[in-house]
Amino acid sequence: MMDFLQRLGATTLGVTERIGRGHLFLLYVLGGFPSLLPRFGLVIKQIYASGVLSLLIIAVSGLFVGMVLALQGYNTLVDFGATESLGVVVALSLVRELGPVMGALLFAGRAGSALTAEIGLMKATEQLSAMEMMAVNPLHRVVAPRLLGGIIAMPLLAAIFSAVGIVGGYLVAVGLLGVDEGAFWSQMQAKVDLFDDVASGVIKSVVFGFVVTWIALFEGYDAVPTSEGVSRATTRTVVHASLAVLGLNFILTALMFGDD
Amino acid sequence: MSAEPLSTEQPSVPEAWVRIRGLRYVRGEQVIFDGVDMDIPRGRLTAIMGPSGTGKTTLLRLIGGQLRADAGTVEVAGQNVASLHSKALYRLRKRMGMLFQNGALLTDLSVFDNVAFPLREHTRLPERMIRDLVLMKLHAVGLRGARELMPAQLSGGMARRVALARAIALDPEMVLFDEPFTGQDPISLGVLVTLLRSLTDALGLTSVVVSHDVQESLSIADYVYVISAGRVVEHGTPQALWQSTSPWVQQFLQGQSDGPVPFHYPASDYRADLLADGL
Repeated sequence: MMDFLQRLGATTLGVTERIGRGHLFLLYVLGGFPSLLPRFGLVIKQIYASGVLSLLIIAVSGLFVGMVLALQGYNTLVDFGATESLGVVVALSLVRELGPVMGALLFAGRAGSALTAEIGLMKATEQLSAMEMMAVNPLHRVVAPRLLGGIIAMPLLAAIFSAVGIVGGYLVAVGLLGVDEGAFWSQMQAKVDLFDDVASGVIKSVVFGFVVTWIALFEGYDAVPTSEGVSRATTRTVVHASLAVLGLNFILTALMFGDD
Repeated sequence: MSAEPLSTEQPSVPEAWVRIRGLRYVRGEQVIFDGVDMDIPRGRLTAIMGPSGTGKTTLLRLIGGQLRADAGTVEVAGQNVASLHSKALYRLRKRMGMLFQNGALLTDLSVFDNVAFPLREHTRLPERMIRDLVLMKLHAVGLRGARELMPAQLSGGMARRVALARAIALDPEMVLFDEPFTGQDPISLGVLVTLLRSLTDALGLTSVVVSHDVQESLSIADYVYVISAGRVVEHGTPQALWQSTSPWVQQFLQGQSDGPVPFHYPASDYRADLLADGL
């Protein structure tokens, strides 16, 4: 019994300490943001690495998700004779939920894991130490541009996911299932609200981009500097970031749409 | 074993750039240093030697301010490293360079950009002048022609030379070398030994070489500290060290497998161990 309590205490302390370190890490990194303004090229490079290089998986996934949404939505709506609303169903599902959430999950798997491995290996090969000895703060020079890059790239990726998904839904709905093209677009235009729907999706994706990139960077920076340590950290990034996205999505959805 | 200097033939410049007094450093349960005193004179090449695992790299990190001592002081250029806030520490680090064991080159940058890195970070020099400076540093280590290569394309010896060019890019007053000779083929080794000595003389550098390679270190050092088990066991000029009467120092210098440092890791009685009914 004592053993169990001791282990429980040690684990709780360990987790609390790590959360504390994660937040201190974030504070130091945010302190580096002002110095990025005159050197925005560093951020652009990271937007390319996290964003542009994730484009393919985001676009292909978006297309298939949109197509499946149209198929499933049609099956339900056809019973009520409301297949003209298929465009709305597809667009709202994507813009409010699936774009930001699926986008962030894919982002965690593609860009998050890469960030953790990169930073972890930089630590293992003493590149971060070498920077410190060259009087360059790696949190400002290496980590801060990656965090800002992730925060900027994620909403763009989510928007692309949703846009490609809507095209996929259109192809299936109009091309395959014979839904009226005019109704598909006009209902979507009438029912999807810029502020209630699109803006809330954008806010979600900014939050997700921030959280996923933060977790990925912290895991890399905090990794045990061995090959095993880096591989564990990479796995933790994907698991923790995915859980964080799903948990936060519930909270954000409750806040944004809970009073409807 | 005594920690008294073997020779009073101190280098002619007595001013110490690094002054370590009563240094104690503990990692976990292990005492790495306990009561280390050291003076590293300006403009000289000082070697710090000792077996693997005696915390030689740790000592460099304590000098560079990446680690803090548990007791005692480490003063660099008259400033107590442990008491400096981060801005002052970074200012001090601009005056020192460090060569890491594996080079620690930034893998996403070319050789040229690696050497240019500290210049671009800390100066506002025009790109043309940075180019000239980088080419001069690369020329000094014989790798001007390799400027377009990426770190992954370099051999171990070349990577270390590029790292050396980077370490002297800002014309520091002191360079810390962490095991510069380990794992080098004879030619690279010869090149590095010559480079270390000639750069120290030509640039008036204060060089600190941490190494367990006896021949190479003693052939170029002006002064040598030998550390073991957290203490300075001997110090003096290389000539004085060769004449040391300490059996420990002789075992280390001659590379004998058994002596005061036993060949066997502490273990129970061999016979009893073999006969023990372990299964």
